[in-house]
Amino acid sequence: MAEVRVTVDGVNYADEVEPRMLLVQYLRERLGKTGTLIGCDTSNCGACTVHLNGQSVKSCSVLAVQADGGEVLTIEGLARDGQLHPVQAAFNECHGLQCGYCTPGMIMAAVDLLGDNPDPDEGEVREGIEGNLCRCTGYQNIVRSVQRAAQMMKPGASAPTETPAPVAGD
Amino acid sequence: MIPAKFDYVRPSSVEEAVSALQQGGDDAKILAGGQSLLPVLRLRLAAPSVVIDLGGIPELRQISEDGDRIAIGAMAPHHDVLRDDLVKQHVSLLSQATATVADPQVRHRGTLGGALAHADPAGDLGAVALALDAEFVIAGSSGTRTVPAAEFFVDYFTTAIGEGEILTQVRFPKYTGWSTHYEKFNRTAQAWSMVAVAAALRVEGGSIAEARIGLTNMGTTPIRATGVEQALVGQPATADSVRAAAEHATEGTAAPSDADAAADYREHLAKVLTGRAVLAAAG
Repeated sequence: MAEVRVTVDGVNYADEVEPRMLLVQYLRERLGKTGTLIGCDTSNCGACTVHLNGQSVKSCSVLAVQADGGEVLTIEGLARDGQLHPVQAAFNECHGLQCGYCTPGMIMAAVDLLGDNPDPDEGEVREGIEGNLCRCTGYQNIVRSVQRAAQMMKPGASAPTETPAPVAGD
Repeated sequence: MIPAKFDYVRPSSVEEAVSALQQGGDDAKILAGGQSLLPVLRLRLAAPSVVIDLGGIPELRQISEDGDRIAIGAMAPHHDVLRDDLVKQHVSLLSQATATVADPQVRHRGTLGGALAHADPAGDLGAVALALDAEFVIAGSSGTRTVPAAEFFVDYFTTAIGEGEILTQVRFPKYTGWSTHYEKFNRTAQAWSMVAVAAALRVEGGSIAEARIGLTNMGTTPIRATGVEQALVGQPATADSVRAAAEHATEGTAAPSDADAAADYREHLAKVLTGRAVLAAAG
């Protein structure tokens, strides 16, 4: 067993884990953070995307012990004070999902992309989310959602046309 | 699937890592960025008894200028290589090829040294290292040795890194002012190269003074297209002369046939992509 000390969505955890435990397993099975999904389990689909120390990673391709001492942000930690993150709100507004399975990973990849490039053109959005697959092939609205989010996140931008929905459970 | 059980160590120096590797024997495996190793472990294509994580050795991530070389730590993530101004200025071909590796998430974790040590012939960075005559610094129990790229890639997934040794740094000569391009051919996002061509040219007064061409996935190792290089030197960078030189691209290759492409199609691609890469580099 190995010890892992990690901050996940702002909360500190210390756990004994088997070295072979994947980060996605740790998040889902140990911490109950099932908002992060397992899709392909072969590091293609990106459904399990979370941020580790501020960068998007596929959590099926990181060992939990590799996150030791680090900071993880999952889809569950994105909303603040009962308000959806602008990327979540934009996916809602632009219907950037069909079945929804890829959505948590898409949103985490999009947040990372917009951190690097606050105003991506369509091609840059498509490249930025190339690590995430949508089996419904609903890419049109996903790309629109990311570009809408970029507008919403511009300094001085007006609030989204619709007030973001309150977070479920709040 | 999840990996088979293994012991995990995270040394804080290269010396500790080398000694852990020697204690682990045949069954030990080095973990760099894990973007190839973890899928392999999950599919249980490998089941090492001990995994030695180099992630606890910060100096292995450094990128620095060392005289007429740019020295890149083996654990520098692709994302860092891509953003590095020294690399952009002096080894632009490496920046261009790194931008095509996998996807952003994989580039955040995957490392230059890990990819080169893995030595997948479809990997994009080997052809660059070979074309640019990079040097590989390898640490073992008796110190370090330096291996030129021409001797580093031995066979399919096999390099000159010996048992008990660790790749610590890759050193690229500076190609400041050279014109470069990496032309990759694949069918879908984040897919491996079916074939790709790395081209670096020194153009003088409209004609090609020096050329360095590396091929990805045209054999069991990256391949240097010396026939193309020789045919290009002294020629103007025009479409006709470049295409004529690109006809030499299959010399010395042994293209694989697999589910992506048959060997003869790869040979066709090698010529076409060599032409495109050289013309794009020449601008």
